Amino acid sequence: MSKAAYTDHLGRPLVAVTGMGVVSSLGQGIEDNWAALTAGRSGIHPITRFPSDGLSTRICGTVDFIDIPAANAVERSYAFARETTIEALAQAGLSGDFGGPLFLAAPPIEPEWNARFELGDRVKPDDMDGNAYEQFLAVLREHADPAFHEAILFGAISERLADRFGTRGLPVTLSTACASGATAIQLGVEAIRQGRTDRALSVATDGSVSAEALIRFSLLSALSTSNDRPEKASRPFTKDRDGFVIAEGAATLVLESLEAALARGARVLGILSGCGEKADDFHRTRSSPGGAPAIATIRAALEDAGLSADDIGYVNAHGTSTPENDKMEYLALSTVFGERMAEVPVSSNKSMIGHTLTAAGAVEAVFSLMTIATGVLPPTINYDNPDPTIPLDVVPNVKRNATVTSVLSNSFGFGGQNACLVMSAEPA
Amino acid sequence: MTDRRHQVVVTGVGLVTSLGVGRQAHSDALMTGATPAPRTDSESFAPYTVHPLPEIDWSAQIPRRGDQRQMENWQRLGVYAAGLALDDAGLKQDLDACASMDMIVAAGGGERDIAVDTLIIEESRKRNDREQLLNEKLTTELRPTLFLAQLSNLLAGNISIVHKVTGSSRTLMGEEGAGISAVETAHARIAAGQSTHCLVGGAFIAERLDILVLIEALQGLGKSSGQPFWNSDGSANGVNLGTSGAFLVLESLDHATARGAHVYARLDAVVADRGPRDQGRLEQRLGRLADDAGAPEAGAETIVFSGATGFPDLSARERAFLSARFPEAPQRTLSALFGHSVEAQFPTALALACLALDADAPMSPFVEGEDAVAPAAAASAIVTTIGHARGEGIARLTRMP
Repeated sequence: MSKAAYTDHLGRPLVAVTGMGVVSSLGQGIEDNWAALTAGRSGIHPITRFPSDGLSTRICGTVDFIDIPAANAVERSYAFARETTIEALAQAGLSGDFGGPLFLAAPPIEPEWNARFELGDRVKPDDMDGNAYEQFLAVLREHADPAFHEAILFGAISERLADRFGTRGLPVTLSTACASGATAIQLGVEAIRQGRTDRALSVATDGSVSAEALIRFSLLSALSTSNDRPEKASRPFTKDRDGFVIAEGAATLVLESLEAALARGARVLGILSGCGEKADDFHRTRSSPGGAPAIATIRAALEDAGLSADDIGYVNAHGTSTPENDKMEYLALSTVFGERMAEVPVSSNKSMIGHTLTAAGAVEAVFSLMTIATGVLPPTINYDNPDPTIPLDVVPNVKRNATVTSVLSNSFGFGGQNACLVMSAEPA
Repeated sequence: MTDRRHQVVVTGVGLVTSLGVGRQAHSDALMTGATPAPRTDSESFAPYTVHPLPEIDWSAQIPRRGDQRQMENWQRLGVYAAGLALDDAGLKQDLDACASMDMIVAAGGGERDIAVDTLIIEESRKRNDREQLLNEKLTTELRPTLFLAQLSNLLAGNISIVHKVTGSSRTLMGEEGAGISAVETAHARIAAGQSTHCLVGGAFIAERLDILVLIEALQGLGKSSGQPFWNSDGSANGVNLGTSGAFLVLESLDHATARGAHVYARLDAVVADRGPRDQGRLEQRLGRLADDAGAPEAGAETIVFSGATGFPDLSARERAFLSARFPEAPQRTLSALFGHSVEAQFPTALALACLALDADAPMSPFVEGEDAVAPAAAASAIVTTIGHARGEGIARLTRMP
């Protein structure tokens, strides 16, 4: 191969994906997830992790089948990320120290309520005045609690992944809300393009569903309250969509310069050909009414990939099933794709796995690459009552075979976070 | 890509600490030759001492009351310091520059509602169905907007809303390491030509019981007011947390020159790592990082900003390493004067280094009798931060002609 075959339209190293791993409410591992996803199966179920009687939302897409030593968000998020990384490295054929940087999208960490209750129980009767935190401090002055300390550090998950997999340097832990998974991939792509590494590990994980997390989103009216039939609750792009379903999951992608990947004889699963981002300055939770930042983000990703909208064969939508997102996403997509919009299939994995929040961008990148690899478009399920104002081909309810060489994957989040990825088949 | 490396310079400094608001207040206090008295509060959170937020008029950088109300002090301070940095760089009202400006924020989490948490803890002592209690109280007592004041990435989100910085928005987490990674990432992107101008920094509020709990879980907080930062045996006396908001505008030299911007200093290198710290491995790693940063065999023309947290042994090891590696260079003990500001520690140290490299006079010692007097204004600076639990970073900066 000539040198030029390893670089993109701007002369930058092409970035290949050589290993992937995924966990969602549909199961563990790419094989099980892809089988369920293409069969149109839902992973959404009633909440069992905590009592939900009396809550307006009593359904979720939590991952409850991976063993954890203690029930907190750090342990859960680490365990998911560990499992997806083991899978990804095995697929990449890498063993021993990874030797490249780690970019981890992780949920913002706070103490669990059970940990606060435990601290509260240790307060001596004489110290039971003042507020709860003054009481906690009195407890901690008597007895340090290193396990509690470690369980509330934002850097605790990446630390353990770095030790376990032998990544290089100070790992980056990031949070760009619902775009975090895409940002973790973008940081990996940038590091390889900078020439400071031949490989990077991009990981996104979210095991943070708790009563407080759910109630916070509920108070913002963001969650579906269709509790009676959990599997039907997430229904992106329909007229009666009523919010997203809170969920958990993780994904890992092994990124390598195409040149380094081929030099070691690795199998290339796809190319991370473009990343785009643009922040929204309109509102803390709502998007600019005209969709300008989302439009700019999609265009930036296409431009970064050196592609036009005509080159995109499928869109893996953000598609949260909230009234606001799906409307805005359609506006943005139809602006970019113009008259071709009707011909471009757009489906939402969230119709089946719910919104995996911090992990979503990476989980959906894995599924996007599976579409390229297998020629199958996963459906948007629960598409029973189409929103007439969103005339998209959502691959309704049943998977479809289609040869796709480039996929656009969207991620939009609170705080004006927008990130889009373009993934492509390996150049012939 | 090495043939296309861009020089990275600092063109804007936004700094708010217990010492005052804005870079001029800091330069005024720190270039007199005398050590300013630390501003501390040992009453409000006794037995702990914090370096508090100075008197500040939020409206100066957050004009809309509605925006102020959507935030608690952590986000307000970050948005304020970011505004100062943009102002200082001459980019505040430049909508085009802000719309294409990248942003990387080092964040923790926002303030808890102490009253609600206290209510729940007190009720929990009377009830066995604690999970049900949680659902009841959280549903009825939590303010919906408080979530947004707590979310880590909403500091960046508020900077976008208030200052219109929208080129990109990334929030990094992980205590001290977040501040290091933020600057490291911004530097790497500009050096490689992936970005031309970037707002980078963080904020930390020390006057928070929920944050004191974080450090006291390791019994790391100092507990006697008025004690010196350093003991005579070289160890430190425990952590006094310090409020700080520190943002920098980083630019490629080409970008800065083209618009005629004032350049504080060149940011030559930012390097970071982590790993075991026992058996001298911390010192070995720091030595390698100093080499990777291209740290000079520093003479007295280099000034070293040490972010030592105040944890007794860890701080002693940092100080011993720096004294051995840079024997001639005067050290400045950041936390003695400003307190430890966790995510904001590294950006705060960089901001102070920029002021030192922009001034004609030497920067005063931060601890009288411990930090050496500098004979002249510094020509280069080394900035270190060693995370209280993990993560180490070193930056090197050079005075511009």
